[in-house]
Amino acid sequence: MSLLELKNISKIYGDLKALDDVSFKVEKGEWLAIMGPSGSGKSTMMNIIGCMDKPSLGQVLLDGVDISKESSKSLTNIRRDKIGLIFQQFHLVNYLTAVENVMVSQYYHSMPDEKEAMEALARVGLAERAKHLPSQLSGGEQQRVCIARALINYPEIVLADEPTGNLDEANENMVIDIFKKLHRDGTTLIVVTHDPEVAEVAQRTIVLEHGRLAKEIVNENFKD
Amino acid sequence: MFFRMIIRALFRQKTKMLMIAFTIALGASLATAMLNVMMDVGDKVNQELKTYGANITVVPKQASVLNEIYGLDKSDESGAYLKEEELGKIKTIFWAFNIVDFAPFIDTHAKLGGSEVLVVGSWFDHHLELPTGETLNTGMINLRSWWEIKDGRWLDEQTGDKNAVMVGSVLAEKENIKANDRIKLTTKHGSEELVVAGIFDAGGDEDERIYAPLAVVQRLSDAKGLLTSIEVSALTTPDNDLARKAAQNGPKSLGAADYETWYCTAYVSSICYQIQEVITNSVAAPVRQVAESEGAILEKTKLLMLLITFLSLLGSALGISNLVTASVMERSSEIGLIKAVGAHDGAITMLVLTEIIITAVAGGLVGYFAGFGFAQIIGHTVFGSAVEMKPIVIPIVAVLVVFVTLAGSIPAIRMLLRLRPAEVLHGR
Repeated sequence: MSLLELKNISKIYGDLKALDDVSFKVEKGEWLAIMGPSGSGKSTMMNIIGCMDKPSLGQVLLDGVDISKESSKSLTNIRRDKIGLIFQQFHLVNYLTAVENVMVSQYYHSMPDEKEAMEALARVGLAERAKHLPSQLSGGEQQRVCIARALINYPEIVLADEPTGNLDEANENMVIDIFKKLHRDGTTLIVVTHDPEVAEVAQRTIVLEHGRLAKEIVNENFKD
Repeated sequence: MFFRMIIRALFRQKTKMLMIAFTIALGASLATAMLNVMMDVGDKVNQELKTYGANITVVPKQASVLNEIYGLDKSDESGAYLKEEELGKIKTIFWAFNIVDFAPFIDTHAKLGGSEVLVVGSWFDHHLELPTGETLNTGMINLRSWWEIKDGRWLDEQTGDKNAVMVGSVLAEKENIKANDRIKLTTKHGSEELVVAGIFDAGGDEDERIYAPLAVVQRLSDAKGLLTSIEVSALTTPDNDLARKAAQNGPKSLGAADYETWYCTAYVSSICYQIQEVITNSVAAPVRQVAESEGAILEKTKLLMLLITFLSLLGSALGISNLVTASVMERSSEIGLIKAVGAHDGAITMLVLTEIIITAVAGGLVGYFAGFGFAQIIGHTVFGSAVEMKPIVIPIVAVLVVFVTLAGSIPAIRMLLRLRPAEVLHGR
């Protein structure tokens, strides 16, 4: 059984079909990239996989359970327990320090544990910047805090939306290295990107065009 | 973590939170000031109205009956009198401390040259030794405070104006009398040579009369130790149904419990009843016009203050509503993120409301003390005395502050609940 399976997913806004009959599977421990130009439906896809939106048609099976008809309260619980989110704009709480930003995710999941949050920051190389506010961190550092926050509750899927979109090349490579390490540790990664360089390091890439699944590319040369 | 987030959020938004606290402080201060003044205004307005004269008159029972039957209001015509020696007993009744001033009266007709004038005897600033051992200065100076002295001065009993009089301005003009003139008053019982201490203008019938010390008129009417009436100025509680029932049907018609409540409340009717108990053969009756005006003014003043309280709190609620809504809009990305990491609506509502309630409590505390200060300013400016701190105002203001804060936060909370993480984090 696949960890995630989308069956004939459509998302319709009035006359606009943001997603049109899209189907694919993601296996446990797989690294999948979702590519496509602007307006292709990538963000809509990310919102549906991230349990922040529901499809108009079709089924989303997570661990074999159809979550496409769940209530928003139930989707919040699924998101909290099974999904780790990484954003292009980082979305850190700007009045909390780096370690407190990680602890926010723990607090709404179970219990905040500062020691564990510090370890998560250490894994992304930010132990020494733990007490800094987001405004005192560089873009790359903020993105690494965002990654630590996404990982702190051991999610089944890490879902990243344009994770390198706001980063320079050095920081982009640093983030990709963290993803490679996560993949080696068995984390399932879904990375939404329009950057071919980010997509080509993934195991498999699906390309969306006008809301439809245009093609699927398996990276034959994939290596962690 | 919860309180760490609250404290950091409060400090981060300190300008906005200070504005919310200021808005709440403003509403709370007005509510505190108005409620404190409103609860103290009864005594204040009563005291204020006492400067407009007596609100109870005491006459002999026989004179009262004749007055009811024939419309006569002169004791010397009815031949009934009150006793001067009993006057001090007025300050021994259950509501003695509510008796602010009182003065005895006796009147008689006398010849002044070729004219007949009404001469009224009374106390002016009489020093009284009470049966309780207390002392009291009372008389016309307090009960006729609105009199305007056109010439001369007030008659001063304390410095020996035993044979002086005060003459009404109309009579003085008619008889060409001035201050320090000597006049002679004659009745069938004798005559008195008297000095005019002052000419007064009362704006009524009193301007055609002569006012003299009580003993002078008692000699002129051969009524030593006797009085025709007593005017009493008392602090009273506005009438309610119980007081009206007692006044209409008599206190005997009340049940034991009602009678006790009525007797132990400073209604004008119960004070009258208690005066009748100590002054032999007397009828004490409220001057209805004054008593009713007091009640009406009091009720209207209280209503006005309640209205100001309501409007100030409504203004605060609208201000809070705008400020909290602006704060939630500004923090939509942060709220969306917290929702995205798994916070339910209830948890986020609790987070935002706790921030606002903490701010409201701080604003409410500042507002309470500022309001108490405003109450003192109102007390000293309007009534010339301090306003007493009423402990009951504290819980009332606390409940109002929480209510107004919650009511003002409703639009912001509704917006917060509608906020979807997908919309604020991904722009859809």
